Amino acid sequence: MHTVFTRANAILAYTLSVSACLTFCCFLSTVFIDYRANATLNTVKVVVKNVADYTEYQTENNDFNQVVLWDKIVLRGDKTVFNFKNMNTKYYFWDDGNGLRNILLLGNKNVTLTLSWNIIPNAGLLPSVNAFGSHTFAFPSEYTSLRV
Amino acid sequence: MLQSIFDDVRRMNKRQFLYQMLSFGMIVSSALMIWKGLMVVTGSESPIVVVLSGSMEPAFHRGDLLFLTNYPDEPVRVGEIVVFKVEGRDIPIVHRVLKLHEKGDQNNTVKFLTKGDNNSVDDRGLYASGQLWLTHKDVVGRARGFLPYVGMVTIFMNEYPKFKYAVLMCLGLYVLVHRE
Repeated sequence: MHTVFTRANAILAYTLSVSACLTFCCFLSTVFIDYRANATLNTVKVVVKNVADYTEYQTENNDFNQVVLWDKIVLRGDKTVFNFKNMNTKYYFWDDGNGLRNILLLGNKNVTLTLSWNIIPNAGLLPSVNAFGSHTFAFPSEYTSLRV
Repeated sequence: MLQSIFDDVRRMNKRQFLYQMLSFGMIVSSALMIWKGLMVVTGSESPIVVVLSGSMEPAFHRGDLLFLTNYPDEPVRVGEIVVFKVEGRDIPIVHRVLKLHEKGDQNNTVKFLTKGDNNSVDDRGLYASGQLWLTHKDVVGRARGFLPYVGMVTIFMNEYPKFKYAVLMCLGLYVLVHRE
């Protein structure tokens, strides 16, 4: 009755059902956990995998623009407190047109910096979380060629 | 063991054999129904994709499974992972949105640029020649769920087609021959 085939089949089925059950628990954990952190752009303390800092603004050409300026991949167990000062952007801050400083040399008045992160769990949903708090600034009408 | 299987078939009458055929058809059509149903529910032409490259490591590795949705009223945002197709390439690409410009008109015209987490440059070199931005029509779906390793089976089967046919034959034969 208990041939090698039936035993192998039973073991395989049991392994599969246990791992499926565990995976489902992983999925459930991603559904119910609230990952939002009270992170400001001065102190950022997050426990996540991918961090992207992006900016939003509105121009004449386009109603809504989003540009990633900086990002960092944070693996489980990495240091998660960042303290950056006077850093350069990782990606170029280019507009699609002249929306940041127009022909009349008027800087864009309303550029908002926000921080968000996308969590990649072991299995389950891929939550995208926005930090509370943001920083709004205006582009200068005169650019400098050197760091101020 | 083989003997007992074929004994089963020999003992079947015409009616039972037809029933076996019917249950086989039921399995095939229900699989098709689930796939098509998922397409309707998610709005994506391919609701489940397998990651085929390492360009999104360490988030996604080769052989991970992604669940996609593509609802037209949910706008694409920066930082999201989109799956898109480029003209001249049959394999869809899974990458993250880096820049996005939305016109804000009636058609919600939006153009965006993507980049793989593991790539050092953005995707302009991957797009069709002369294409600078992706738009809504290029998008297959947005990644919503993630299941590791499961897609390895698909990759293995696509790399060894003989193995795929052998597995399909075995399963088909089992369903046809086996009696409840």
